[in-house]
Amino acid sequence: MNVWDWSFAAQILPALLDGLRITLIATVLGSLIAFVLGLVLAILGRGPTPVRIVVRAIVEFIRSTPLLVQVYFLFFVLPTFGVVLPALTVGVLALGVHYATYTSEVYRAGIDAVPRGQWEATTALSLPRMRVWTGVVLPQAIPRVLPALGNYVISMFKETPLLIGIGVYDIVGQVREVGGQSFRYVEAYTLAGLLFLLLSYPASLAVRRLERRSAVPR
Amino acid sequence: MDNLGTFLSVLSQGLPFTIIATVGGILLTIVLSFVAGLALLSSSKTVRVISRIYVEGLRGTSEVVQLFWIFFALPVLVGFQIVPIWAGILVLGLNHGAYGAEIVRGAVQSVPRAQVEGAIALNLTPGQRMRRVVLPQAVVEMMPPFNNLFIQLLKSTSLLSFVSINEITRQAQQVLVPRFNPQAFEIFLLLLVMYLILSLVITAIMRTLERVAAARVGRRPSARSRRQATGAGVA
Repeated sequence: MNVWDWSFAAQILPALLDGLRITLIATVLGSLIAFVLGLVLAILGRGPTPVRIVVRAIVEFIRSTPLLVQVYFLFFVLPTFGVVLPALTVGVLALGVHYATYTSEVYRAGIDAVPRGQWEATTALSLPRMRVWTGVVLPQAIPRVLPALGNYVISMFKETPLLIGIGVYDIVGQVREVGGQSFRYVEAYTLAGLLFLLLSYPASLAVRRLERRSAVPR
Repeated sequence: MDNLGTFLSVLSQGLPFTIIATVGGILLTIVLSFVAGLALLSSSKTVRVISRIYVEGLRGTSEVVQLFWIFFALPVLVGFQIVPIWAGILVLGLNHGAYGAEIVRGAVQSVPRAQVEGAIALNLTPGQRMRRVVLPQAVVEMMPPFNNLFIQLLKSTSLLSFVSINEITRQAQQVLVPRFNPQAFEIFLLLLVMYLILSLVITAIMRTLERVAAARVGRRPSARSRRQATGAGVA
């Protein structure tokens, strides 16, 4: 039995691409949750002291513990409260919440970098609270942090395969399936690795480019 | 709450595996980070390219895929299977070593140019320059990012549950949850707290080491390190 069989590799590729579709769906939806929830956490983190302490404690706790355990937590604990969700939904929720703790730090750094004078000006103009955020602070803070957010999307993409723990048939799930049926693992896992590299390496180059571009005006 | 003793004893049976994988992974990470990180700064282009391929290759692929590759594809290629815990340490070390290489490279480059020029003026050999002047200063800079990386590594040990290493996540998910399903909340909360404690231990050790390393070059720890770690390894 030769080690690498090209025709077998070609034969399993459609299944892998089908799995890749699930991986990408999970990454995109997870990122959306992470972007929105992270911003909420970052803004709450600037609220009154009790709120701030609670938010920080939650963020630190989620960040210091493994994503896989949090995935299991949601998957096994939600049903005991009568909430039964499909595995992919649970996975997306866990990815989103876990990465929201990372993105909240990113937003926080971006918000801190907005000059003090801008805040003072909003007070002088007595802008309403909502306008201060949507009209002044966030439009300056968010473009600056886009590269960092992009990096987290890429690392989320690479962490999505751990959803096989709860039976989400993403790319690695497909690999196990086709590998297990034929006992040919080399092609399957190597192709899976290459597919990840093929997507994440250009993406990280693009983020680096964005980083350089946004670094220029400073 | 009921069964707390059972939960604790079953989980702590997995603790040695988690700790061995973490410590082993950290040691391998340190070695690979320095080798690959210094290779990235080598004057030989061949060495730089090889190191770059290692770093980008391992950072660009998923850790889960790497784990399964070593467990299922590598034995076919080399003809024998590695002991699971060693294979686990190998994956953790290889993956995080690639991230660590960039930390080492960045820290070495952040040492002021004048320090190197001073060492050249004092007629130190390139080896002495690196060992006695550049690295002692660079190591201080490396401590906070390495702290994050090691916590990341600790969290990654939970992935080893996929390849039947009986570490604490597998103990919870395979042994406890099937038996005490209604108490899944308590089981996983306990598990999360265990990881939290382990990560606090890592942070405490790294802070101490940073203080020692900083004192050796006559500095106080940077303000940056007093702030909490920034979490995930960035892509």
